[in-house]
Amino acid sequence: MTSKKGTSAGSSGKSSIKSGAQIIVDTLIEQGVDTMFGYLGGVVLPLFDRLYDAPINFVIPRHEQGGCHMADAYARASGKVGVVVATSGPGACNLVTGLATAMMDSVPMVALTGQVRTELIGNDAFQEADTTGITRPVTKYNCIVKDVKDLARTIREAFHIASTGRPGPVLVDMPVDVQVARCVPDKSDKIKLPGYKIRTKGHSRQISKAAAAINKSKRPVLYVGGGVISANAADELRTFAKKANLPVTMTLLALGAYDQHEKESLDMPGMHGSAYANYAIQECDLLIAVGARFDDRVTGKVKSFAPNAKIIHVDIDPSSISKNVQVDIPVVGDAKEILPALSEKVKHIARKEWFNKISNWKKKFPFRYDNNTSSIKPQYVIEEIYHQTDGDAIVTTGVGQNQMWAAQFYRFSKPRRLLTSGGLGTMGYGLPAAIGAQVAKPDATVIDIDGDHSFNMTMTELRTAVENKLPIKVCILNNSYMGMVRQWQELFYNKRYSKSYLSNPDYAEVARALGAVGITVDKKKDVPKAIEQMLSEKNPCVVDFRVEKEENVWPMVAAGKSLDEMSGLDILESMA
Amino acid sequence: MKHIISALVENKPGVLAQVAGMFAARAFNIDSLVVGRTEDIKLSRMTIVVIGDDKVVEQVRKQLAKVVPVVKVQDFVGQPVVARDLMLITISTPPAKRPEIQSLIEMFRGKVVDIGQKFITAEISGPEEKIEAFINVCKPYGVKNVARTGTIAMPRQAKS
Ligand SMILES: Cc1ncc(C[n+]2csc(CCOP(=O)(O)OP(=O)(O)O)c2C)c(N)n1
Ligand SMILES: [Mg+2]
Repeated sequence: MTSKKGTSAGSSGKSSIKSGAQIIVDTLIEQGVDTMFGYLGGVVLPLFDRLYDAPINFVIPRHEQGGCHMADAYARASGKVGVVVATSGPGACNLVTGLATAMMDSVPMVALTGQVRTELIGNDAFQEADTTGITRPVTKYNCIVKDVKDLARTIREAFHIASTGRPGPVLVDMPVDVQVARCVPDKSDKIKLPGYKIRTKGHSRQISKAAAAINKSKRPVLYVGGGVISANAADELRTFAKKANLPVTMTLLALGAYDQHEKESLDMPGMHGSAYANYAIQECDLLIAVGARFDDRVTGKVKSFAPNAKIIHVDIDPSSISKNVQVDIPVVGDAKEILPALSEKVKHIARKEWFNKISNWKKKFPFRYDNNTSSIKPQYVIEEIYHQTDGDAIVTTGVGQNQMWAAQFYRFSKPRRLLTSGGLGTMGYGLPAAIGAQVAKPDATVIDIDGDHSFNMTMTELRTAVENKLPIKVCILNNSYMGMVRQWQELFYNKRYSKSYLSNPDYAEVARALGAVGITVDKKKDVPKAIEQMLSEKNPCVVDFRVEKEENVWPMVAAGKSLDEMSGLDILESMA
Repeated sequence: MKHIISALVENKPGVLAQVAGMFAARAFNIDSLVVGRTEDIKLSRMTIVVIGDDKVVEQVRKQLAKVVPVVKVQDFVGQPVVARDLMLITISTPPAKRPEIQSLIEMFRGKVVDIGQKFITAEISGPEEKIEAFINVCKPYGVKNVARTGTIAMPRQAKS
């Protein structure tokens, strides 16, 4: 095939001359991309022209933020790199929240943005924004390509950086003239990143030290973070925890890395974590952190965090080690390599006393709620969803109470099943994330457990689900409040509910107007039936659960308190 | 405590912004930052002086190393190093004081690089304390302008 002017034959023979836009598409395909998300605009038209007949499934969101969250959730659900495209200026600016969300949660993504013509850069041209400047702090790496000859290599580098080490979003800014310019692409143009080195194998002496500390420990706790899921090391984690006989607590981002139904699981620690995880951390003599970053929502008051413990920290990112909490035995490397190395060296120790203590805490302080009410309790809705899906759904969430209850009452047995904005806490993540996850896993049951106000932020994306025939389910725990904000106002601002109550639309009507199925549930007895119907729908479906308005999330470690200073335990006990 | 950190970085556009942005975002204080070419055209050297306790500086080092185009990071603390600043300083000089000021410049092994009716501009290099000391001795005459580089440094018997 020879390329003629005016035809669509952009990708002809091997060493023929090609446009930048065609090189972009070819390189994406070479990198294994079969799905992308993105939105159009003037300076990405050359690229979109080449995508017209490319073998790539392309999903167009209604807002670039939505597209960015979709690519993020696509990556979290599949383990592949998520790809999003946006135009210059406003398009690129709309990516910022999505990039920051992915950055905080270490999600591998590549964002491709159009930019004004090279010679106009810096002139305040129409739709010009300093995209690399704006996105620098919210990306793992970004750059602008000013020469078509650098395009293919730069995109290869972007995928490499995004997906290796501690993953993260990488943005490549591409002026429109570079997309139009032509060159003969150099297939052998390998990545050149002299400053990018990843240590995957742990230092053997550190591993031995860690194993010795574990074998000596009477009261160990394994504290697992999202890094274990990024590393695809759930199996290795299981082998290690079983072999050494360790209780396991998982951060919000790690839920499902270890089966929560197992007796070793302490569920989630931290601000709204389980009392048994928090007590275990405070009383342990050894804390083994793997792929976790000692976030303040996990540690509470740092000074009194795990006060009796020696700390082992396994992480691929050396800057994570001793950043918030001083570590005794650091091991830099990939959890997938280090966990098996540790497994070889650890002994199975019964630790009867310790496990007894833990099981007493578990009996005394399980996650509970009072279901003896006529109103619909949000926790009840989640429990019902959990039972009807056999705990096997992919769950996305909004941010706030809905998110914490989803983490407390849906129990995950596999990794990549809970997709939630943990680090940034981005309201509006849930719906686009469900779309991205459903695109990645067409056969899975994908449920967005959302808050009303979180849903308000990105609900326009419902139309994206309809258009792409994605049977996602959205369960709005509708309390009319910014519930988590209201909870803080109740507890710390004397119940002055300043500006945290808003009137909502009829979400079932909204859903129908956008072409989805809409169900309203305002009676407790209708909850199971509505969930059953929702699960059987082949179309996107929104269920508006009118839940108890002033329910609180318990237990709670108030900001600045130690993990063992939980409030709400008396309330939980009174429900027993 | 003062740490001199030396970073070899790729000589690419945007690297300075990436490094400076990281310092700002993580609330690290930079005392001085000097960038210049090296013997290898693909690499530049950034010499960064930071003041902080060991924990902070350890984070600075790790976060710097994490910036993708940063190739190598060294903290010279505790090592014998040669550290130098360069200064251009303009001093008010009535003709009667000229010999006096010239002899001061000589004492500091500086050079007169510009001279006028009422001023002398001198070039002084050396450790930071020497630069400070020179400014202090000039103050009584009137210091009109100072331009200083930050510190650059090399470990003694350097193998970099
Ligand atoms: C984009 C964004 N803006 C503001 C916040 C602060 N915030 C945290 S939770 C919350 C309220 C969430 O309300 P809703 O989605 O209804 O969830 P609920 O807590 O009621 O379950 C707010 C405003 C946020 N996390 N994200
Ligand atoms: Mg709400």
